[in-house]
Amino acid sequence: MPGPRSGRSVRLLGRVGGPGLVVTYLSLLVVLPVAALLSHALSGGLGAFWHAVSQPEAVAALKLTLWCSLAVAAFNAVAGLVIAWVLVRDDFRGKGVVNAVIDLPFALPTVVAGLTLLTLYGPDSPFHVDVANTPVGILLALAFVTLPFSVRSVQPVLAELDRETEEAAASLGATPAAVLRRVILPGLAPAMLAGAGLAFARALGEFGSVVLISGNIPFKTEVASSWIYSLSQSDDLSGAAAISVVLVATALVVLVGIGFLRRRFDISEAA
Amino acid sequence: MSSRWRWPLRVGALGYLGLLVVVPVGSIFYRAFQHGLGAAWDAVTTPDALHALWLTFIVAAIAVPLDTVFGVGVALILSRHRFRGAWLLDALVDVPLAISPVIVGLGLVLVYGKTGWFGNWLAARGIQVIFSLPGIVMASATVALPYVVREVLPVLQEIGTDQEQAAVTLGAAPLAVFARITLPSIRRSLSYGVTLTTARVLGEFGAVVVVSGAIEGRTQTLTLFIQDGIENLDTAGAYAGAVILAVIALLVLAALGRDRTEGRGRRHPWRSPSDPSPSGSARPLRSTTSPSMSPTAP
Repeated sequence: MPGPRSGRSVRLLGRVGGPGLVVTYLSLLVVLPVAALLSHALSGGLGAFWHAVSQPEAVAALKLTLWCSLAVAAFNAVAGLVIAWVLVRDDFRGKGVVNAVIDLPFALPTVVAGLTLLTLYGPDSPFHVDVANTPVGILLALAFVTLPFSVRSVQPVLAELDRETEEAAASLGATPAAVLRRVILPGLAPAMLAGAGLAFARALGEFGSVVLISGNIPFKTEVASSWIYSLSQSDDLSGAAAISVVLVATALVVLVGIGFLRRRFDISEAA
Repeated sequence: MSSRWRWPLRVGALGYLGLLVVVPVGSIFYRAFQHGLGAAWDAVTTPDALHALWLTFIVAAIAVPLDTVFGVGVALILSRHRFRGAWLLDALVDVPLAISPVIVGLGLVLVYGKTGWFGNWLAARGIQVIFSLPGIVMASATVALPYVVREVLPVLQEIGTDQEQAAVTLGAAPLAVFARITLPSIRRSLSYGVTLTTARVLGEFGAVVVVSGAIEGRTQTLTLFIQDGIENLDTAGAYAGAVILAVIALLVLAALGRDRTEGRGRRHPWRSPSDPSPSGSARPLRSTTSPSMSPTAP
């Protein structure tokens, strides 16, 4: 039976010890590493930072990553809309299974994802489609891992979209294309943008699913994360930190930009 | 939309999903069991494979409890206390989801590696973190850190503190309040969070590959074993290992999916970290149904 004094000390431990432990844990795993990244990236001054970032191999890797991520985010925004549409508006046997499959790329470890794609679309492809060691392989891997973002961001919004407006438009003689463009898409655009933003951010940093299928050929199929990896393995840690900072900053800029666009959408809709 | 479009859309959607997800995932099962169950068994019982499995298990056994205690702690702090800088704590928790796993690993190397901030201090005490078990555990724990917080926090915010306060008034000790009142009410969300954390820890690759050095039979986890097998053309082991992880992923989906259908509109696991609004808070419908913008990348 604890006396009043030990009761107080337990409470004190709860008030100070708990938050202290939490902050320590977060500092050791997140705060210090992020601070170290920034500090190493800028440790040699802006000149060294720029030198690391403007290496031809770095530029090539960053460009490739940027274009592939943009392409996949855009493509999956459309594919995600179609899949969400089928899941919400269509009805067929096994729809529950299809709905569950959408989350599979999220649950599957990235290396396993890469291996599955390599098996089907690599040198031993049963379809004789070999995209290993090409940028197409990268696109495929990125499309795989970003699929859940693209579908799940539009699906709930589509489910709540007012169908009466669509029916009214159709009964007033609007063609399906006009209904899509004037009624459905404006309502879905913010969600599609959000999904594309998340997919883009994820694609920028993707590593595990890409490495196996891309082959990491410098200037051809080497993405930014795999360039960071090879720098870190060759002990150019400041260079690796510099590229990391560029990558994270790019993702932040795009996400903040999309957030801004979405707010404008929401406002114009409310008006 | 007119029924004319129903079939093309259905075929397009299912075809894309089939060719991108279902058939590829099915194909690794085919590859793993191509030469029979015995061959697959032999491939995952080689010394290197067994060591990789064992190491992966150890890492999960350490990292998951750590993340769980941390996650519940952060959720309690954020839901039960108002303080300056709460937003910062909230935002920091999501950082591991926002940056590439490779960058997470790099950050750890820069702090705990031999040329890192704590390098000399650790070396003087004979502690090796990077290229060793502690580094792998830290990398895994970092990437999986947000899941428990993001599952438990909304529930804690939703249930409020009435019952807890009543218990305290009646003289219950803080630990008793936690064990008898708080814990039972977050049990389900906590089990979601732990499931997601475990799945992430078992499957992590990018962060681990940077900190581990992938020394065969020493610091090679299952995912590194798979990658190594493919690069060195020992495909039998790689496929068998991949099937183990794929089965775990399917079990995770099944576990989350079953409850999702019976549960009250559970948010999707990957979305929860991106949605800062507590479920059940009085927000306009729109903003709770469309995911908000934070750079998440599970």
